[in-house]
Amino acid sequence: MMPPDFIAAWLNKNEIFTAMTIMEYWDGAVTTVQLVFLCLVIGLVFAVPLAILRTVKNPFISGPVWIYTYLFRGTPLLIQLYIIYYGVAQIPGIQETFWWAIFREPFYPALLAFTLNTCAYTTEIIRGAIVSTPHGEIEAAKAYGMSWFLRMRRIVLPSAARRAVQAYSNEVIFMLHSSAIASVVTIVDLTGAARNIYSRFYAPFDAFIFVALCYMVLTFTMVFAFRKLENHLLRHQRPVGS
Amino acid sequence: MKKLMIAASCALAMMTSGIQAEERDLRIAFDVPYAPFEYKDDNGELTGFEVELAEAMCEEMKANCEFVIQSWDGMIPGLLARKFDMVMSSMSITEERAKRVLFSEPYYNTPGGWFGPDDFNADVTDKSAMKGKTVGVQRGTTMDTYVTEELGNVVTVKRYTTADDMVLDLEGQRLDAAFVDYPVGEQTILSKDGFKEVGEAVKLGEGMGVAMRKRDKDLAEEVNDALRTLKEDGTYDTIMKKYFEYDIKV
Repeated sequence: MMPPDFIAAWLNKNEIFTAMTIMEYWDGAVTTVQLVFLCLVIGLVFAVPLAILRTVKNPFISGPVWIYTYLFRGTPLLIQLYIIYYGVAQIPGIQETFWWAIFREPFYPALLAFTLNTCAYTTEIIRGAIVSTPHGEIEAAKAYGMSWFLRMRRIVLPSAARRAVQAYSNEVIFMLHSSAIASVVTIVDLTGAARNIYSRFYAPFDAFIFVALCYMVLTFTMVFAFRKLENHLLRHQRPVGS
Repeated sequence: MKKLMIAASCALAMMTSGIQAEERDLRIAFDVPYAPFEYKDDNGELTGFEVELAEAMCEEMKANCEFVIQSWDGMIPGLLARKFDMVMSSMSITEERAKRVLFSEPYYNTPGGWFGPDDFNADVTDKSAMKGKTVGVQRGTTMDTYVTEELGNVVTVKRYTTADDMVLDLEGQRLDAAFVDYPVGEQTILSKDGFKEVGEAVKLGEGMGVAMRKRDKDLAEEVNDALRTLKEDGTYDTIMKKYFEYDIKV
C-alpha cells in the first residue's frame, strides 16, 4: 500500500497536478457525467416511441422520423453543436424572449445537440431490433388474439430490448467520447479542464494523458455495467449448466 | 607541394562550411489569420507586421527562411519537436513559457483592450461594479491570466480558442465584455456597430518575443542582434507604420 503522505509529497513536488488542478478536473468530470447522463436518458425516452413510429407502414408517419434520423446521423455532431449554440444566438430578437434564459448558457444548447444526436442513433438501433423480431413470435401473438399494443408491450419490445442492448452500449460509449467537443462552446467539461490546464502550463502530455485516463475509467465503468445488464437480459442464451 | 595542397583544401573546406553556416535554413512558424500581424492577402500571400519583420530579420541574419503555418495550440510542441526553429507569432513572454522555450528580447507589445456593447457602463477596474458579469478571453493568453487573477472571483470568465468565437458570443449577448489584444479587438469588435471600448487599455507583461528551443542559444543571440539593428536603422519603424497608427515598439 502506498502511504498517503507519499502521494501528498508527489503532489507537492510536481507543478501541474496540484490540489487546485485536480479540483478543476473533478468539476469537469461532474459536468461531463451530467451532460452525458442527461442526454442519454432523454434520448432513450424519445427514441423508443420514435423507433416504433419508424416501423409503421404509413410513410406520412415513418417518413418524418426517417428524415430526422437521416439528418442527425448524416452530419457531424460538432456542426450540429455549432449551429445550435452560435446559430440560435444570431436569430434576431431571441435575446428578448424567454428562450434566451435557456440558450444563453452553453450547457443547454450542448445538451439539446447531444440529445438530438444520440436520440437519432438510438432510434435506428431500436428500430433495427424491432424489425428483426422473428415472424413466428408475432404470428403466435396474433393467434392468441393480442392487440397491436399488447403485442408491442409483451412480445416485440422486450425481445427487441435484448437484441438492442449490445449496440446501445456502444452508442453510450461513443456519446461519452463525443461529449469532449462540448469544450468548444466554453463548457468546462473534462476536456475543457484539460485544455485550460494545458494552456496554463504548456504541458500537453501531462494534461491530456491524465484526462484520457479519466475517460478510460468512465468508459470501463460503463462497459462493466453493461456487461452485468447483458448477462442479466441474455441469461436464457447461456449454455446449460454454466 | 603536397602540404600546400592539403592546406589549401582545408582552407577551401573551411570557407565553404563558413558560407553554408551563413546561408543556413531556418523555419519560422506563424498562426494565421491574426491580422494585422500575420494573414494572407487577397492573392493568398502570407503577409503582415510580423511576417515583414521576419523577412527583414532573415535578411539581416543572412539566413534562408521558410515560413510555416501552424495553429496556436501546437506552437510549442511543434517547436520542441523540431517541426520549425522559431515561433514569431505574437507569443507573449511569460514565466511559464520561458520554462519550455528560449525567448528573444521583446520586439513588440500591445495592450489588452476592454470591449463591450454601447450600453455597458460599469467600471472594469471596480470589482463590485463587475460582480456577476461575464467576460470573454482567449484561452492561455496574458489577457486570460490578467482577468483570472484580477477579477476571477467576481466575474465568470469564459475562455475561447479563437477570437472569432468570442466575438460571436459578444454579438449574441452571451458576454458582457471581452478583454482581448487591442489590435485584434479594434479590427474585429470596434469595426461593428453598437460596440465601444469600455475601459482603459492595460499594458501586460514584457511583450512578444521570438520563441526558440532552449539549446539554440547562439541563434537567440543572432536574433537579438538582428532585431536591435532593425530597431536602430529605422527598418522596424517603416514596417510598423505600414500597419499601425500607434506605437507598439519596445
